[in-house]
Amino acid sequence: MPTVNSIYDKRLRPLDGLIHGIIYFCASISICLLAGIVGYVAFRGLSSINLAFLTTVPSSLKGTFGIAGNIVNTLYIIIITLLIAVPFGVGAAIYLNEYAKPGKLVSLIEFTTETLSGIPSIVFGLFGYVFFGITLGLGYSILTGALTLVLMVLPLITRNTQEALKTVPDSYRSGALGIGATKWYMIRTILLPSAIPGIITGIILSIGRIVGESAALLFTAGSGFLLPKLGEYGEGLFQKVLQPGGTLTIQLFLSMEKADYDSAFGIALVLLAIVFGINMLTKYLAHKFNVNK
Amino acid sequence: MSDKNFSIIGSYKTKNTVEKTAGVIFLACAFFAVLAVFSITLYMIISGTPAIFEVGLKEILFGTVWKPNAADPSYGIFYVIVTSIVGTFLAILIGVPIGVLTAIFLAETAPKRLAGIVKPAVELLAGVPSVIYGLLGILILNPIMYKLELLIFKDSPNHQFTGGSNLISAVLVLAIMILPTVINISESALRAVPRHYKDASLALGATHIQTIFKVMIPAAKSGIITAIVLGVGRAIGEAMAISLVAGNGANIPLPFNSVRFLTTAVVSEMSYASDTHKRVLFTIGLVLFAFIMLINLALNKVMKGGKKDANS
Repeated sequence: MPTVNSIYDKRLRPLDGLIHGIIYFCASISICLLAGIVGYVAFRGLSSINLAFLTTVPSSLKGTFGIAGNIVNTLYIIIITLLIAVPFGVGAAIYLNEYAKPGKLVSLIEFTTETLSGIPSIVFGLFGYVFFGITLGLGYSILTGALTLVLMVLPLITRNTQEALKTVPDSYRSGALGIGATKWYMIRTILLPSAIPGIITGIILSIGRIVGESAALLFTAGSGFLLPKLGEYGEGLFQKVLQPGGTLTIQLFLSMEKADYDSAFGIALVLLAIVFGINMLTKYLAHKFNVNK
Repeated sequence: MSDKNFSIIGSYKTKNTVEKTAGVIFLACAFFAVLAVFSITLYMIISGTPAIFEVGLKEILFGTVWKPNAADPSYGIFYVIVTSIVGTFLAILIGVPIGVLTAIFLAETAPKRLAGIVKPAVELLAGVPSVIYGLLGILILNPIMYKLELLIFKDSPNHQFTGGSNLISAVLVLAIMILPTVINISESALRAVPRHYKDASLALGATHIQTIFKVMIPAAKSGIITAIVLGVGRAIGEAMAISLVAGNGANIPLPFNSVRFLTTAVVSEMSYASDTHKRVLFTIGLVLFAFIMLINLALNKVMKGGKKDANS
């Protein structure tokens, strides 16, 4: 009778093998799905992308369909949104990290920042439509859309800047203050330069969110697709801000509604390429940031 | 030396003003988020409540007939609310197990090289605009669903054919859409489990699978719950991806019915609605907002609980 305990007699656990199988099965489902999505979009989209697609605007007169106007609108919205959101977001992060003492006020600010990042874009869309569009009288315009998106990307910038500020060693702060710098001088010359990579990561993630946004823009920025008219002195470039303008994602949605799937896949591929570029850039920066530490 | 008026006191005064201004400006920036959430809440309530008084709370929330353009209009959104809840629940039921197991695969069982390829791909997909998921849903899922529908309901004359735009399609799109979120957050939670937990469990003779399910998942619990709650938030708030996939009829959420979610109701009718109809759409927005606030509060609780765990 084998009374000796030996590892050779170890109880086999068939359940382990089964669970292993399930894990591999689920992982392969996810991987196939995700790879399939990219592959299918690339496959269907490549045929509709050409120079005319990227450089013209839709025109029933010439019978062309292009997304140049949407690309310009997307750029407009990105620039205006960031111009407003970055100062506010960075300022908020500096306050939370450098000035605030833990207490009710800070937890209120942090809770609302969390909440802001959890509100679905359609609610932002409704709010922007009522507040910026109707109450402030901006109507359907690029400015309305950008202001709405400011609220959406603010938490991203605040959180990333905060993370970056947290990695600045305390000795830098004490050193600067110790040799007589004021707090503002210390923030301006020591903290902000050290936090720049984090701020840039926040900006890039925000661009990604703006590029992919649709529900918040449908009722705020509208769906214009024309290129801005330059005007005599280029004032048209500024007037465009108060005109409606649909981004790439909005155009994709509209093409989908019209069952124009070829253009839809073309736009989808352009969007995927942008998202891919943004991801690469974030990775590169994160890497650089780590090396500097 | 030529500047005779130089004094440390004068300099102190200007510096002091600059300091104080800087502090106030930063405080104002920080308050921006509070202001934003406050005004969003306020405006959602202001624009969402008039319809409640006009039509009646019970008629809106528990009415089952949605006919805003009829001569005798009725604005019941009961089925719409139920659809949002059922749809989100089913999407989570499908998406979370697959997502968490994929996270286990990436963090634990996958060969390093494979994980090194898959992980960036998952991160990439987290950033893909949701409309693209909807586009694929229309072109791939809907035709399959239509064939299934033809097969199942061949002999039932009462069935309204939907062309494949039904609850199942919407749920599948949502489940796929939340996958990247669930995978990313669960994986980082699993990776954050201290190495010695795993070592100790293996040294005591537990198998790798036992270690994963009895040690690592309990240790990563709060991170995984966060992933689930964020997934719920993303699924219940998604509008564009499913607006064309779900079919958009305000029906009982049965698998092969054309259904309407809270979000898609707003997206599809906002552009042409007017008067009471429009105000009811804002009420739908308010209901959605209430759901999201509840989820946020839950998330806040979970995160705080997680922090306490980590401290103890």
